[in-house]
Amino acid sequence: MSVPEVLLRNVTKRFAGAALPVLEEVSLTVQRGEFVSILGPSGCGKSTLLRLVAGLSEPGTGEIKVNGMTPKDARELVSFVFQEATLLPWRTVEKNVALALELEGRTREETRTTVQGLLELVGLAGVGGQYPRQLSGGMKMRVSLARALATRPRLLLMDEPFAALDEMTRDRMGEELLRLRQELGWTVLFVTHSVAEAVFLSSRVIVLAPHPGRVAHEVAVELPYPRTAEMRESEAFDSLVNHTSRLLREAHRR
Amino acid sequence: MKSKLNLLASAVVVCGALLLVWQAIIWIFKVPTYMLPTPWSVAATVAERLPDLWESLLISAEAAAGGLAASIVVGVLVAMVFARSAWIRRMLFPYTILLQTVPIVAIAPLILMWVGQGLLAVTLVAFIICLAPIIANTTQGLIGVDENLVQLFLMYGATPGQILWRLRLPHALPYLFVGVRISSGIAVIGAITGELFAGSGQVGRGGLGYSILYAMSQLQTDYLFALVMAATVLGFAFFFTVMFFEWLALHKWHESAGAGRSDA
Repeated sequence: MSVPEVLLRNVTKRFAGAALPVLEEVSLTVQRGEFVSILGPSGCGKSTLLRLVAGLSEPGTGEIKVNGMTPKDARELVSFVFQEATLLPWRTVEKNVALALELEGRTREETRTTVQGLLELVGLAGVGGQYPRQLSGGMKMRVSLARALATRPRLLLMDEPFAALDEMTRDRMGEELLRLRQELGWTVLFVTHSVAEAVFLSSRVIVLAPHPGRVAHEVAVELPYPRTAEMRESEAFDSLVNHTSRLLREAHRR
Repeated sequence: MKSKLNLLASAVVVCGALLLVWQAIIWIFKVPTYMLPTPWSVAATVAERLPDLWESLLISAEAAAGGLAASIVVGVLVAMVFARSAWIRRMLFPYTILLQTVPIVAIAPLILMWVGQGLLAVTLVAFIICLAPIIANTTQGLIGVDENLVQLFLMYGATPGQILWRLRLPHALPYLFVGVRISSGIAVIGAITGELFAGSGQVGRGGLGYSILYAMSQLQTDYLFALVMAATVLGFAFFFTVMFFEWLALHKWHESAGAGRSDA
């Protein structure tokens, strides 16, 4: 078997002064090409888990590997998308997308072409010269996504990226995310508290139980890709959502 | 634009009313002119002594601008040190408040003793009272950066220098301008206060503060009024110059500037 894209083995993380660990003995494997959602109520440590994989925080005990490397060494393969768009307000859309390339010291010509391509990819061709405050929430999130894609990541870590958007925009962003993944083939680790979103997007859903955060259930979503908006109305989708919701409630009660 | 015109019109009306009240007080209470000159005689003095006024104004402006500029440079540098750690802030911040609370008229004589009469002493007084607002506001801007953005920069392998220049300093710019706006007004007050103590090397020639003292000693009350007006004009000029630069630097992107949104 090939090297897993993400591997967590018995990871425990405790914040100073807290009675219970945020994460306890979490083990998880994500293979290359999978779309895995981490689902759980707030406070179950799902964001912490993502930050550990990104190397933004160190585990107390246990082992984390990204493509066989430590998270810090694997940084170049990984991009992180936050819940808020976290754009730099003083930079135009173009300049925001170009941020990572600029920090790497790429040439201006190379950066320009890459940025134009990315803006077209996320459906924002033509707004490159605008400033973030002129954009709607959905557009800001697209810019944030384009920025994350600028480094050509093979693993995307997404921390409730669409949670701040209205439901329609959110559904559409989900569909576009899947379309882009079809094209670019990243592995995705996606944190959410929406069951429908998790089921629609993922090939596998991990349900976390809170206090302390631990893996409670796993649901394999056996719906074919590419997934369409109509699929949300299918019976198979409904029953998976119901099943997953039940598991989530159970995990929460224990 | 229309609301700005309205604002201007109401300012003119208020100003006219005040002038009328002033003139009325002189008529009704029969105030002698060496105590309170008429608006007309002040206006005449302004016209007559315009070159003198202009010279004094420029001298004060030089000291105020020098003090303000120095306080921006030093203030931003100090804020950068303060932004390094909460520990440094806890240790040193009380002294910034000291800078703000110590009465400037009390330190001005000391400065005069140390550096002697003239431009340097006056500039130093302006510098000292401008410093605290710049330090306090810029520090806030430097440390108020969204933690997620810092981590984003770290994930992209940014150096501490890149985080400072591309993240912390641009984020602090609107805060810096708040500080500079406050300091622009008090820079002029500082320069004039400084000139009351250390205004000039030459008799009869100096900045607004010095000239105010001189006019008072000569009982040139109408010229004294003209000088006070010149000081006010200078304060306004400073404030609006800073506002202009603030607009220039921020209007494109800052939320406070207010602009239309386009929809997705």
